[in-house]
Amino acid sequence: MIESFFNPEIIAAIWPIVLAGLLNTVLLSLIVVPLGLLGGLILALLATVHHPLVRWPLMAWVDFFRAFPPLVLLVLLFAGLPFAGLELGGFACVAIAFFLNTGAYYGEILRAGIDSVPAGQVEAGRSTGLSRLQAMTYIVLPQAVRNVLPDLMSNTLEVVKLTSLGSVVAVPELLFQARQAQSLTYNATPIVLAAIIYFLLLWPLVRLLSRLENRALAGRR
Amino acid sequence: MSKPIVEAREIHKHFGHLHVLKGVDLEVAERELVFVIGPSGSGKSTLLRCLNRLEEPSSGSVVVDGIDMLDPRTDINHARQRIGMVFQSFNLYPHMTALGNVTLALRKVAGKSRGEADVLGMAALERVGLADRAGHTPGQLSGGQQQRVAIARAIALEPRVMLFDEPTSALDPELVGSVLEVMRDLRQSGMTMIVVSHEMGFARNAADRVVFMDDGLIVEQGPPAAIFENPTQERTRAFIGQIQRH
Ligand SMILES: Nc1ncnc2c1ncn2[C@@H]1O[C@H](COP(=O)(O)OP(=O)(O)OP(=O)(O)O)[C@@H](O)[C@H]1O
Ligand SMILES: [Mg+2]
Repeated sequence: MIESFFNPEIIAAIWPIVLAGLLNTVLLSLIVVPLGLLGGLILALLATVHHPLVRWPLMAWVDFFRAFPPLVLLVLLFAGLPFAGLELGGFACVAIAFFLNTGAYYGEILRAGIDSVPAGQVEAGRSTGLSRLQAMTYIVLPQAVRNVLPDLMSNTLEVVKLTSLGSVVAVPELLFQARQAQSLTYNATPIVLAAIIYFLLLWPLVRLLSRLENRALAGRR
Repeated sequence: MSKPIVEAREIHKHFGHLHVLKGVDLEVAERELVFVIGPSGSGKSTLLRCLNRLEEPSSGSVVVDGIDMLDPRTDINHARQRIGMVFQSFNLYPHMTALGNVTLALRKVAGKSRGEADVLGMAALERVGLADRAGHTPGQLSGGQQQRVAIARAIALEPRVMLFDEPTSALDPELVGSVLEVMRDLRQSGMTMIVVSHEMGFARNAADRVVFMDDGLIVEQGPPAAIFENPTQERTRAFIGQIQRH
């Protein structure tokens, strides 16, 4: 049993492969999270423009990318675009897919945050001569982010988990590397190791999120 | 009367089908304190908000300190520095300290360095008696203190005119006095003020003129004694009687 699921010899042999995967997962997260946040911020700011020419396309965009399964989106980019003469690497496809998919989610969260800031806050700022953009930057966004911090965190957690989708398009992240090691060793140990690493990586985030959520609840009381 | 610093002419404001201001003329002289009273929904807040263009008048003209507020070529953000505004619900920025609230526009609009802004901000807090609360956030201040910080935020920019929209009506009765005290000081320093409020005692001994609005129009105006004791219009009389019974 231990032999095939948690074999010390195999761990000793494959840990460099799995470690490289872990590094890539971290790196991938450090790229796709800011990218998704950026996309979300752009969408949330566009949502404050109440012009029909902005509103309807924006709504369609957000709905589309929230409804579209991220794995399908990724495969479509990776396997579909070459037929249009555009061959992007797995890494670039993951980055684009996440920008589109998680951006839409981050966007909805940030939009809710912006809506939660009372209109009087902007009016106070504008009455002192701040421009719309300045009022947004210095007054609304800091409060908006604070109000939806647990949601942003929880979405970030999902995004980090979703980076394992990169394995499908041969991005050498943790899951992909573990599968490689598994096929080299004919043993489940690498996958078990990867699972443990995923847990250790995400568990602190989960704890932090729980504490934030509890604090938000206590603050509401 | 010296030359007017605020000149609003024929202000109309529609919200959809709702005709809220129906041709209001208001002239305010330099150093004058004008009180605006009237029933709920009569358009008092809307009038104030048209003066600094927080609300876009549907028609009419607004000139403040020689600046045509409705001219599209006017740099509205620059013009608004000259018009301080104080809100019923304070609207302090909860994520900043009292000093941060006061210095934000000094730095971002008036272009002061952080050091300069802090000096000016502390001076403004000093004027409202809250220099010792500079590092507190709004949540750590009483309502009266919050409103005084809001006044400091406005006067730090050295406005030519101050607009007050029911500055004391969200306050517990025992906190009203401290805010009126600050407003009295401002008046003594020669600030031009337009105040929407039902603090009759304050109006009686501080206002130069009381304006009574009803249904989007100025019905009657004059010195406080005349309006409170001998209103000529039936609607004014009814309204004064109503609030004095409270
Ligand atoms: N942004 C808005 N959109 C639609 N209607 C509005 C808006 N602002 C004000 N109104 C309406 O305009 C009318 C006048 O409102 P306003 O706030 O100026 O009255 P007020 O005299 O200040 O009343 P109060 O004493 O209750 O503060 C009211 O009927 C109000 O519902
Ligand atoms: Mg009002």
